[in-house]
Amino acid sequence: MSDEKKGWKELPIGAILEAGTAKNYKTGDWRHIRPIWNKEKCIQCLRCWIYCPDSSIIIKDGKVDGIDLDHCKGCGICAAECPVKPVKAITMVSEKEIK
Amino acid sequence: MPSLKELSKEKESLSGGHRLCAGCGASIVARQVLLTAPKPLVVTCATGCLEVATTIFPYTAWEMPWMHSAFENAAATCSGIESAYQSLKKQGTLPVDANINFITFGGDGGTYDIGLQSLSGAMERGHKMLYVCYNNQAYMNTGIQRSSATPKGGFTTTSPVGKVKPGKEQSRKDLTEIMVAHNIPYVAQAVVGDWRDLTTKVQKALSKDGPSFINVLTPCRLGWGCAPEKTLDIGRLAADTCFWPLYEVEEGVYKLTHKPKEKKPIIKLLKLQDRFKHLFKKGNEALLAEIQEDIDKKWKKLLFLCGEKSE
Repeated sequence: MSDEKKGWKELPIGAILEAGTAKNYKTGDWRHIRPIWNKEKCIQCLRCWIYCPDSSIIIKDGKVDGIDLDHCKGCGICAAECPVKPVKAITMVSEKEIK
Repeated sequence: MPSLKELSKEKESLSGGHRLCAGCGASIVARQVLLTAPKPLVVTCATGCLEVATTIFPYTAWEMPWMHSAFENAAATCSGIESAYQSLKKQGTLPVDANINFITFGGDGGTYDIGLQSLSGAMERGHKMLYVCYNNQAYMNTGIQRSSATPKGGFTTTSPVGKVKPGKEQSRKDLTEIMVAHNIPYVAQAVVGDWRDLTTKVQKALSKDGPSFINVLTPCRLGWGCAPEKTLDIGRLAADTCFWPLYEVEEGVYKLTHKPKEKKPIIKLLKLQDRFKHLFKKGNEALLAEIQEDIDKKWKKLLFLCGEKSE
């Protein structure tokens, strides 16, 4: 799978594709704000994970293990849903600041 | 009711890298439905944002056999596939006890309007399938045109706001009730923003030996004019204002699945969305009152159907 456009002779028959190939396409560069996850503050409630529209909360052995910045579009839902108080375990930071 | 710990052990069924807007509710709904559904799965989609943005050639975000054929026939496609599997079982190609779940996703355009006849047919024929409508109340994929799900007073490009008209003049169709009238084993209304409610309903729906339908209200940041991180808050507020009550009809029996502690006024919900901002200008007070009245009337009727005390 590549970004190269194929001619009609090279196209696969029908539209039978390998499953789940969209992960090879990076949508992380859409982001203007970045979620920063604080492992120490995280209570592992998994709310960020169940509500992420881009399947970008990485889970390892049933626990949050980081954020997939290759696909995260920076919507801020994870930070908005994080119940940890007073400082959330996920905060949104401008990409400009990071650079 | 599944727990998040259990769900987190499931394989992700909708991969990242799809091209829905940041904060889109459609993929949240699809993920939660797919995580909950017992595998193996076969999924079909009506034309719409979810279909277009998840399957831009040569990519697909779906991790299971998946098919799209047209706008109007997602339910027919799914029912045909389901019948084919039943036939394979009869022929002995598939084991008789192979338990495959069939799910269809359609937006409100593909469900309320264009695909209504094929949905109605599939439900009437009694195929064992779950149809999930992710309802963002307009044709968002083609540029925010009104659908029969668009609420009264809502702005769309084909129900514009100006000196003459205040957005859509007609009330939205009540598709959930139309599905109830099909006498299928399970019909429910859910909302993005309450994963527990939605996943419980998906489990119930798929446990039925027949068709089921879930109508999920899903804010659209573009068409509703709201902040992406507010998607879930707006969903929950829609339930708490009774703009979108959460209920189910199991084997004909109505049940409220969420009774707001305090029924909030509709203006709280409308104020969060640009599509309703004209309603707060001078001269539209009567329309606002009418919208509240409509909601109160429907809520009262639903309370009665659910055997709850009227407020």
